[in-house]
Amino acid sequence: MFDKILIANRGEIACRVMETAQSMGVACVAVYSDADAAAKHVKMADEAVHIGGAAPADSYLKGDVIIQAALETGAQAIHPGYGFLSENPDFVEAVEAAGLVFIGPSADAIRKMGLKDAAKALMEKAGVPVVPGYHGDNQDPEHLSGAADAIGYPVLIKAVAGGGGKGMRLVEKPADFAAALDSARGEARTAFGNDAVLVEKFVAKPRHIEVQIFGDGTHAVHLFERDCSLQRRHQKVIEEAPAPGMTPEMREAMGQAGVRAAEAIGYKGAGTVEFIVDASEGLRPDRFWFMEMNTRLQVEHPVTEAITGVDLVEWQLRVAAGESLPKRQDELAINGHAFEARLYAEDVPKGFLPATGTLTHLQFPAICRADSGVRAGDTISPWYDPMIAKVIVHGPTREVALATMNRALNETQVGGTVTNLAFLGALTRHKGFAAGDVDTGLIGRDLDALVQAPIAEPRHVVAAAMTALGLTEPSDDTGFTLWVPLHRAVHVEWQDEAVDLDVQVEGPDRQLWQVGEAQVVAERRDGRWMVGGRPMPDVAVSGSTVTVFDAYGLAFEVVDPLDRDIGAAGDTNVIEAPMPGLVKAVFAEAGQAVKEGDRLATLEAMKMEHSLLAARDGVVAEVLAAAGSQVEAGAALVRLEEE
Amino acid sequence: MKLTSKAMPASEGFKANRAAHLEALAQISAAAEAARMGGGEKSRARHEARGKMLPRRRVANLLDPGSPFLEIGATAAHDMYDNAAPCAGVIAGIGRVQGQEVMVVCNDATVKGGTYYPMTVKKHLRAQEIAEENHLPCIYLVDSGGANLPNQDEVFPDRDHFGRIFYNQARMSARGIPQIAVVMGSCTAGGAYVPAMSDVTIIVKEQGTIFLAGPPLVKAATGEVVSAEDLGGGDVHTRLSGVADYLAEDDAHALALARRAVKSLNRRKPQTVDWASPEDPAYDPEEILGVVPADLRTPYDIREVIARLVDGSRFDEFKPRFGETLVTGFAHVKGCPVGIIANNGVLFSEAAQKGAHFVELCSQRKIPLVFLQNITGFMVGRKYENEGIARHGAKMVTAVATTSVPKITMLVGGSFGAGNYGMAGRAYQPRFLWTWPNSRISVMGGEQAAGVLATVKRDGIERAGGTWSAEEEAEFKRPTLEMFERQSHPLYASARLWDDGIIDPRKSRDVLALSLSAALNAPIKDTRFGVFRM
Repeated sequence: MFDKILIANRGEIACRVMETAQSMGVACVAVYSDADAAAKHVKMADEAVHIGGAAPADSYLKGDVIIQAALETGAQAIHPGYGFLSENPDFVEAVEAAGLVFIGPSADAIRKMGLKDAAKALMEKAGVPVVPGYHGDNQDPEHLSGAADAIGYPVLIKAVAGGGGKGMRLVEKPADFAAALDSARGEARTAFGNDAVLVEKFVAKPRHIEVQIFGDGTHAVHLFERDCSLQRRHQKVIEEAPAPGMTPEMREAMGQAGVRAAEAIGYKGAGTVEFIVDASEGLRPDRFWFMEMNTRLQVEHPVTEAITGVDLVEWQLRVAAGESLPKRQDELAINGHAFEARLYAEDVPKGFLPATGTLTHLQFPAICRADSGVRAGDTISPWYDPMIAKVIVHGPTREVALATMNRALNETQVGGTVTNLAFLGALTRHKGFAAGDVDTGLIGRDLDALVQAPIAEPRHVVAAAMTALGLTEPSDDTGFTLWVPLHRAVHVEWQDEAVDLDVQVEGPDRQLWQVGEAQVVAERRDGRWMVGGRPMPDVAVSGSTVTVFDAYGLAFEVVDPLDRDIGAAGDTNVIEAPMPGLVKAVFAEAGQAVKEGDRLATLEAMKMEHSLLAARDGVVAEVLAAAGSQVEAGAALVRLEEE
Repeated sequence: MKLTSKAMPASEGFKANRAAHLEALAQISAAAEAARMGGGEKSRARHEARGKMLPRRRVANLLDPGSPFLEIGATAAHDMYDNAAPCAGVIAGIGRVQGQEVMVVCNDATVKGGTYYPMTVKKHLRAQEIAEENHLPCIYLVDSGGANLPNQDEVFPDRDHFGRIFYNQARMSARGIPQIAVVMGSCTAGGAYVPAMSDVTIIVKEQGTIFLAGPPLVKAATGEVVSAEDLGGGDVHTRLSGVADYLAEDDAHALALARRAVKSLNRRKPQTVDWASPEDPAYDPEEILGVVPADLRTPYDIREVIARLVDGSRFDEFKPRFGETLVTGFAHVKGCPVGIIANNGVLFSEAAQKGAHFVELCSQRKIPLVFLQNITGFMVGRKYENEGIARHGAKMVTAVATTSVPKITMLVGGSFGAGNYGMAGRAYQPRFLWTWPNSRISVMGGEQAAGVLATVKRDGIERAGGTWSAEEEAEFKRPTLEMFERQSHPLYASARLWDDGIIDPRKSRDVLALSLSAALNAPIKDTRFGVFRM
């Protein structure tokens, strides 16, 4: 086994790899960009090396700098994680040329699978079923569009070097092809530095089922399938293992196909063979086709670990260190069911817009495994993927595991940024999903219902307001009055709408709240608050935002009564000379539209040149002074039209 | 040492006492509720329709959320002026702003436009007196038309009338006691000086006005026609005149600005006493209603009350075997060390000497004094006069009058005659004087007063050879008895601000703690006593 390895990645996967490596007694070297100097993976590592700027191209994609770091720190091997350099054959060669071990497949295997068209041809030869499509070198738009016509719409355009949905576009009709091609290419160029694409048949009722394989360079085993059909715009949202409705025959056929694919390229390490499955008539052994192979550890590998009891990172390290496969195929079995949900900092109601911000609060329940690269206090920066964590649960049956996932998401607390928790929660309650009736179109079809804004009940508003006012930790004399309690007004905002509250603090242990028409009693018993008859949910405060951890996190804004814009001067129509002086220049003319802060004239007085600015947006009605004229204090220089 | 109560909460007497006290409490509570409603529904609705917060809401939004509010004169002017000025038209009390104890004085414009009745002036001045004695920053929430004209003779000219408000402001400001005004409505004539005399003034846009003479008077005087806003609105005063410093959008904004102003006061409470960690009494304060007899004439052990006021019911009694009708000793109230002086019967010479001794002790040690007053007076009769009870009483009065430690007086029963003086009655300037609903205050008992008058009358009749039947005598005594009964009632007393307010006896401990805490904003000075007649 290695004594020390370098992890050429960041975030949750870097932490995930370190966790296993360190538990095996292998020291870990982290690398980090400017933006990650204080990141969790850096703190976890035994040592860390700074490798450049925040942009990936300046740091995590800089193979030479990373190899240099490995050499200087005495690491014997490099684990690439996923993304970044993990599927870059040139990097693999450079690592090996430096005398280091690449924890993953050979450059040759990556190359063979990296270009999707060649990969499909290879797979076809190896007896693995493939989807009809054009995987040729002719990248002329006309030619590609012709190929699409031949395959038949709808078609998918995919970046040849791509993965993870980047550089991928669904085209419904010929008219949309050219625009989709352009945008797919643009994205591919940015993400992979290669804008070649392929075109293939789009399966109408598709499921995405993938097989986890593990090779030692000659032989391979499979660790069963994962179903990743719950996708939004080709981005996986919730993954599970095993696939619902899977039959032993189909599992056998897919597993065998996966193994054949791996062995055909002499695969070493962890890999995933992705298949598209036509589930329109249930799962049938003749209805799956090879899509691509990911020559790395997948984001969703934990669900496989959960049902097989295998630590895939441990296997990666052992096989890379020269050991044989830790288990034979007949030693592998499925135990129960597992789900993984990808928790992102994103604004779901605003079209899943990636969000940034500081995670002021982060807490996961004990019933799940949470793989996370961030801690409370960390920042979700715009430089990288806004993933907060992967929430993984396991249960004896799919039903139990799903219920556990629902609970785990409910009890997950994130403060400081918006998240997709409510969306994930809605998915765990989706009837079709619960019944195992999944396909990749499920989210798209039911999107409106799934992204419904959470509802804040009066007790939630009260919990937020109580926290904002510091009324959750009363003292002995809180709310004391001689005869009649005082009422006070409180204002919070819920989804940009003002909510007016009124509170009567009756004592340290009792408050009477009015939220619109609703009355809510807050009472403290044995040190615990009951609000509206229910235990008060946990709450976190960050700046003016108060997050109530119920219904997947409800973020309220507390209105600061001081945050009011009060004009400095009364009359904003007339721009006056502030003191006697000489008008040096006039920049305004009648009829001209001006913006607040625009310079309308300059006045020379007391040896200083004063700029006279528009006090508001408006239109100049008249100019009352000419350049060169001497004016008195208070003389009107420019008048704006009345508002 | 921990006091042991002999009370039997299950006994008939206990229950009867409790029932009687609850009845008295209900009467006070109703009066306080009426005072809270200010000028009534109609005028409250009109006030709110103008976008203004009701006065108590202003107070609440000024104070820290959940802050205690120790109100002064909650039933002031009760049953006076045909009940035209509930709460005397002004709310006053101590609360916390940014953690700092402050005195809030808030006009209630729903009561006759917030104009000053004689009791309004008295209450405003009392609030300022408390602020000055205890070094509490003052925040005036102004919304007042100035002096109440029909009562001008009792509001304007005398020393303790309207002008004294501004005199106090200037004097307090000079002593470093911050004066902050928030102009939330009219501020006319003399009232204009409240914001003008303040250190910091905030005014609400298109709502607050400050002028020496309003538009009607201006028109009458000079013929100039001008709107209130142009004459003295928020824009004018923050932009042109400089009479106010900050312009606020509305009440909520103005109160937030006032809170911000307090933040920059840079004040710290002085180190005064050695605080202990607070501890609940071993006996429930709720039981006070049962242990205190409903009838003032029934004697009881005042230690039953002390046991329900002080931390852990622990009372280090001083001189317990001497002058037993006065109970003195050390205790803590919510962590604050106090010296307690409490009546347990009529005052004899020994008790008065002991009281003077104990006041000296507390003054030397700078321990605040708490007086639990239930006193019928000093003992009378030849023996006592001859042994010099007046001389001994004078010692106690001198000690109480001249000590520099904060005194807090609680009227828990009778307050009659010279006993009132020795026990830090109003004239002895306790920092706070609170009273229970069962208390009675008068120069002597009604029976005694009627008796004195009847004896004089009977002597006259009999000297002239006439006779006076028992019926005639009873008829003669009745009006005096009735007058004393009415005037000694706490609602009558509190309406006239002879005290700072009637309190629920069960809240006595909280009231004491808040009073002590407020008092300790001022450093405790060294005491210099007067001549003790030895």
